[in-house]
Amino acid sequence: MFKKVLFAASALIFAMGMGCTKKDSAPTVPVNVGIEGNEILVGEYGSMTGSEATFGTSTHKGIQLAFKEINNAGGISGKTLKLISLDDQGKPDEAATAVQKLITQNKVIAVLGEVASSRSLAAAPIAQQNKVPMISPSSTNPKVTEVGDYIFRVCFIDPFQGTVMAKFSHDTLKVKKVAIMTDVKSDYSMGLAKYFKETFTKMGGTIVSEQTYASQDIDFKGQLTALKASKPEAIFIPGYYTEVGLIARQARGLGFKIPLMGGDGWDSPKLFEIGKDAVNGSYFSNHYTTDSKDPHAQKFKNDYQKEFGEEPDGLGAMGYDAAYVLADAMKRAKALTPTGIRDALATTKDYPAVTGKITIDNLRNTTKSAVVVQVKGAKNVFVTTVNP
Amino acid sequence: MDALLQHIINGISLGSIYALIALGYTMVYGILQLINFAHSDVYMVGAFLGFYAARWFGVTDSPGIGAFLAVLTVAMIGCSVLGFLIERLAYRPLRGAPKLNALITAIGVSLFLEYTGQIVFGASPQSFPNILEDANLFSIGDVHITKFDSTILLTTLALMAILRYIVGYTKTGKAMRAVSFNGPWASLMGIPVDRIISITFIIGSALAAAGGILVGIKYPKIEPLMGMMIGLKAFVAAVLGGIGNIAGAVLGAMIMGLAEEFVVGYGASTYRDALAFGILIVILLFKPAGILGRFSVEKV
Repeated sequence: MFKKVLFAASALIFAMGMGCTKKDSAPTVPVNVGIEGNEILVGEYGSMTGSEATFGTSTHKGIQLAFKEINNAGGISGKTLKLISLDDQGKPDEAATAVQKLITQNKVIAVLGEVASSRSLAAAPIAQQNKVPMISPSSTNPKVTEVGDYIFRVCFIDPFQGTVMAKFSHDTLKVKKVAIMTDVKSDYSMGLAKYFKETFTKMGGTIVSEQTYASQDIDFKGQLTALKASKPEAIFIPGYYTEVGLIARQARGLGFKIPLMGGDGWDSPKLFEIGKDAVNGSYFSNHYTTDSKDPHAQKFKNDYQKEFGEEPDGLGAMGYDAAYVLADAMKRAKALTPTGIRDALATTKDYPAVTGKITIDNLRNTTKSAVVVQVKGAKNVFVTTVNP
Repeated sequence: MDALLQHIINGISLGSIYALIALGYTMVYGILQLINFAHSDVYMVGAFLGFYAARWFGVTDSPGIGAFLAVLTVAMIGCSVLGFLIERLAYRPLRGAPKLNALITAIGVSLFLEYTGQIVFGASPQSFPNILEDANLFSIGDVHITKFDSTILLTTLALMAILRYIVGYTKTGKAMRAVSFNGPWASLMGIPVDRIISITFIIGSALAAAGGILVGIKYPKIEPLMGMMIGLKAFVAAVLGGIGNIAGAVLGAMIMGLAEEFVVGYGASTYRDALAFGILIVILLFKPAGILGRFSVEKV
């Protein structure tokens, strides 16, 4: 009996080992992958549902609008773009599964996604392994593009975004003592907090208290009470909007009257729905503002409003830009293959996008200016632009 | 000093939320010796019923006590019906079966409600309307006590008192205790066992609905999986206090709330969930009957 079990176990281990080696070697890509008749298949994965659902749906709308415009204008060398979208429910493991499915089953030529850095990080190795280019519209954690040479982004990165808010709190708000509340489950939040702290202390400010929470928590009074004793003049909360809304409410309930600050993870109409008056007057850094006077951005705002009956948020604009950058690379590519597109993407230079000029550097990142906006009811009002 | 006092107040406010849910767990367990895992999902359905009722009544923010009671009534009635149906369709057919079967069914019902909820209500969080105004009740120095926290605490204590009265001093309660003591014998004495069990579920589910509404107002983010973690913690609270004991559930919940608050406030917030399950393990090792529970030897 024992021998049988041992045999079965070793057979299993052997089989698993085989599975692994098979996976590691790069699969051979068929010649016309991603093209079906007259259509070019592009994959998209995002959080269409879950606690960051507006991230996924806004980005999706931006991409849809861009694809529609590109196809109406004649498509890419006579072919039209077809978008295949999968929902990852806001879970990193689902994101990995979605991208695996897009690449192996739907055979897409390129992948667009995700917003949240944790989910981009879960999916990027799969795109890299299969040598399919992936463009993240708005994952700002630097680690995302470090995964490999097929992973790109069209947004600024956290070392810059953290600097933006640090500069803003030092120069504009003129505060010296700031407390930080970080979401320990999110790579984005941890990264942003780190860079904020570095810059802010370098400028002469003090971080008086650092508290942590985990996404999906609903009670934050313990952390808020603990940081109250350190008498901060502002709180930096680089989290996502659902938790931020609850944190803001509980902070006001505890008698905090100081400004709250955050990053682009706050960008959602749900922030005000959940946080109500508690989030009013708070500041956050973002990629884009509807108040932008740039004619290109104005046109985008009007078209988006006409198509979907609502104003675009920053993530909608980023989705739109990511789609256009991809289309631009397809037009410039020597061959319409994943690798051809990758090579063209890497040489993107001064592409005029809605959120600013996009140049992909040799680390596959983008350097752009950021805006700081203030929450005023359901609308975010432009405060200042910070250049890199 | 201010911080310590505020931590205690926060802990009691969190504890009273756990208590609301723990009461339902403990009541069903006390009568049926069944851990009704679906309870925390009935609580979720209660929150959503409240959400849709408020929308249907056209309730805007802070409309006052009348709207609150109307929404609460709708949710409590809706959940009572749901609780009745769950018992009738899922648990009653297993009445004669081993207890383990009923327990596994309870987990099945729980998952069924969670994922049906994702289809029906959608997986994205909804923001619960402000149907009761929250404001500062009074402050001692820099310590703030809000109206809403006191409302929740009072509601919990009132419900606990009502439950104790029902179970201890009414005819139905007497029948419940008889069924709890020995079902077949109770039925020989002319007690309608099935009806008594249905009533237990109806009361328990109505409690869950009240919990869902109050949590919805306090933490205005509701989603189909909202019952998972809070339900587990309430369950631990019920076990800590002595499962089956009504006052024990409230006591256990307060201890849980305070312990969690202190871990977050003075230690590492990352350990807040680990703490709950750590407490469960310690209780099961050293005092399996809980703080107020009676230990009884079960013949197997």
